[in-house]
Amino acid sequence: MTQCLCQSKKLEKLHEIIAVHKGKAGTLIPVMHEAQDLFGHLPLDVQSMIAEGLEVPLADVYAVATFYSKFTLQPKGVYSIQVCLGTACYVKGAQALLDKLAELLHIKVGETTEDGLFTLEATRCIGACGLAPVMTVNDEVYGRLSVEQIDDIVHKYMEMAWKDEEHGDTSESR
Amino acid sequence: MATCGIAAGAQKVYETVQQEIARYGLAVTVVPTGCIGLCRYEPIVDIYVPGQEEAVRYGQITPEKIKKIIALHLFAGQPVPDYVCQDHRGKQMMVALRNSGVINPESIEEYIAVGGYQALAKALFEMTPQEVIEEVKASGLRGRGGGGFSTGLKWDYSARAEGDQKYVLCNADEGDPGAFMDRSILEGDPHSIIEAMTIAGYAIGADRGYIYVRAEYPLAVKRLEKAMSQARQMGFLGTKISGSAFSFDLEIRLGAGAFVCGEETALMVSIEGKRGEPRPRPPFPAVKGLYGQPTVLNNVETYANIPIILRRGASWFSSFGTEKSKGTKVFALGGNIHHTGLIEVVMGTPLRHVIYDLGGGIPGGKKFKAAQTGGPSGGCIPAAYIDTAIDYENLLELGSMMGSGGLIVMDEETCMVDVARFFLEFTVDESCGKCPPCRIGTKRMLELLERITSNKGEKGDLEKLEQLAKTIQAASLCGLGQTAPNPVMSTLRYFRAEYEAHIEERKCPAGVCKAFLEYTIIEEKCRKCSLCARTCPVGAITGKIKKPHRIDTEKCTQCGLCMSKCPVKAIAKRPKQ
Repeated sequence: MTQCLCQSKKLEKLHEIIAVHKGKAGTLIPVMHEAQDLFGHLPLDVQSMIAEGLEVPLADVYAVATFYSKFTLQPKGVYSIQVCLGTACYVKGAQALLDKLAELLHIKVGETTEDGLFTLEATRCIGACGLAPVMTVNDEVYGRLSVEQIDDIVHKYMEMAWKDEEHGDTSESR
Repeated sequence: MATCGIAAGAQKVYETVQQEIARYGLAVTVVPTGCIGLCRYEPIVDIYVPGQEEAVRYGQITPEKIKKIIALHLFAGQPVPDYVCQDHRGKQMMVALRNSGVINPESIEEYIAVGGYQALAKALFEMTPQEVIEEVKASGLRGRGGGGFSTGLKWDYSARAEGDQKYVLCNADEGDPGAFMDRSILEGDPHSIIEAMTIAGYAIGADRGYIYVRAEYPLAVKRLEKAMSQARQMGFLGTKISGSAFSFDLEIRLGAGAFVCGEETALMVSIEGKRGEPRPRPPFPAVKGLYGQPTVLNNVETYANIPIILRRGASWFSSFGTEKSKGTKVFALGGNIHHTGLIEVVMGTPLRHVIYDLGGGIPGGKKFKAAQTGGPSGGCIPAAYIDTAIDYENLLELGSMMGSGGLIVMDEETCMVDVARFFLEFTVDESCGKCPPCRIGTKRMLELLERITSNKGEKGDLEKLEQLAKTIQAASLCGLGQTAPNPVMSTLRYFRAEYEAHIEERKCPAGVCKAFLEYTIIEEKCRKCSLCARTCPVGAITGKIKKPHRIDTEKCTQCGLCMSKCPVKAIAKRPKQ
């Protein structure tokens, strides 16, 4: 199965990452960043591999994984929608954007849609205050937003996902 | 081409420029720069024509507009006044931002061309470490990350402290909501930070340093990495720098989204690879910091001042500013203001000048209500104090603080109780949980504020808030907890009547808190077109075409969609009847 091959390649890559950092001080967080980039999240087996590889207690890895908001133990959707709730965005109505998205996707903030397509998150300032209110979908930044634009943006990504599916390019084999 | 500019479409414009000049066969150099600070006008294109002193600055450029500009301005020699944008950099003083938006941040040659690495050479070959420290002390530079501690003094403590290994750290974990000057400096002028940290290393006797950057700033990280490898190649970083006996190297460490890691002791344990929980001080990091060794930690903007201080001298730097606050300060201007963006002004500049002359005032003819500075650690400055000269002391006296420099302008339609709630929500989220006053106290404060804003406030709530605030301020372990009550304290101080209106009159005077409002259809204006009923996502609007429509306030989620869709503006938000 393609997925297994993919997973084993990822595990191999993780071993390489650990080998590069092993023995140096303070490398736990950098390794976890790279591991999360690789797997999308940090499931327990990945955490234990890191613990074993770097020779730190698993409890320390778990402690770090749950402390920092950038690390997640749950898989995220194909598209991660992040609405900036920095002060500048908030003052300019970011909360209304978030409410609208929650309503449209039928999920609460922090949740992922059942089809695994979208994850909705409120994020702290991304430093693009001049474009407030701002949201990002994966790496794409949308600035100077209004509630009316939300529908179109969400549908754009739905269509992209549908097109991918037609071409047989599902998230699993990616 | 900083994050803001790219988000506004700078990449497409950049590509179009290159295609067009190739198409016309023009001999034009295209240089990507960092943030110019005029966020409102992004993307921005400057055109310099040889023989003309000033560049023509075009704003809000699209690929279509740039095609026209290239055809008319570059090809035919006719500037296009329609697209020229207003520039208020002339009314400012650029020290920390001197190179941002001017040079190509990915070119070390351009940095050297504007005097880069001269300060490092001067320090290494003409000054002793102690002379460097004295110069920084004499300049009067204070930490731009918030607290405002004397930078030279901090360096002096580290230099005197004993340890086999010393460290120089840069705090680039800009977590303050509403502040982005550090990102702009890193993206626009990364070499100045590298140069400054190397100078700091020489001054205190350290040969290692870390830049702790937010993972949310990928472009800043990329540019820093590039700059570091260029500096190594040119011998400004690494062993025996520029042929001297001094060696120093840097590493980047990514933050992982914890606001508390902006606190110095928390930042250090985070670099060590642990949960970023602060520890009590003393011992101060200058004496016992990273891995228990003497460590100097400064913020990005503080470092950005160092090279120019050494180059132009302490007396030049201390010649502007106020008695106790020297130099300039960068502010990220945001919120309800015309010209959002980055500005840099001399310390002591009146708030009025910032808001009206540089910021262009409040949009929509609305009234200025307050300016929020210092983020979650700061407070609000009400309109009555608009003539305050901005410096460390004056802001503290008003119950706010300099903080890292976010300046959010709020108009009359901002509810100050809601703003306080917003900040408390932030601190509750970001508290590391190590000490109970911060972990539990801020949560209790937030609950009180949530009660007040959801029309469930009770008599005595304000007194409870004040008491909690004082306890948290006094008993918390680190700066995060000690300053967490500030937004509540300062809004209570200046806008107490607004709190009372929520509790006693059951009203939200600014018309923000949903629990006090309802949407209604103004019958006289309604054309009975039924557009609102079809738009409403929760089916709260009933009525048939040509029949009067009604909003069921029980069902209504107050999303405001009907109001924005109504062609005749027949839907209004009003206090609950």
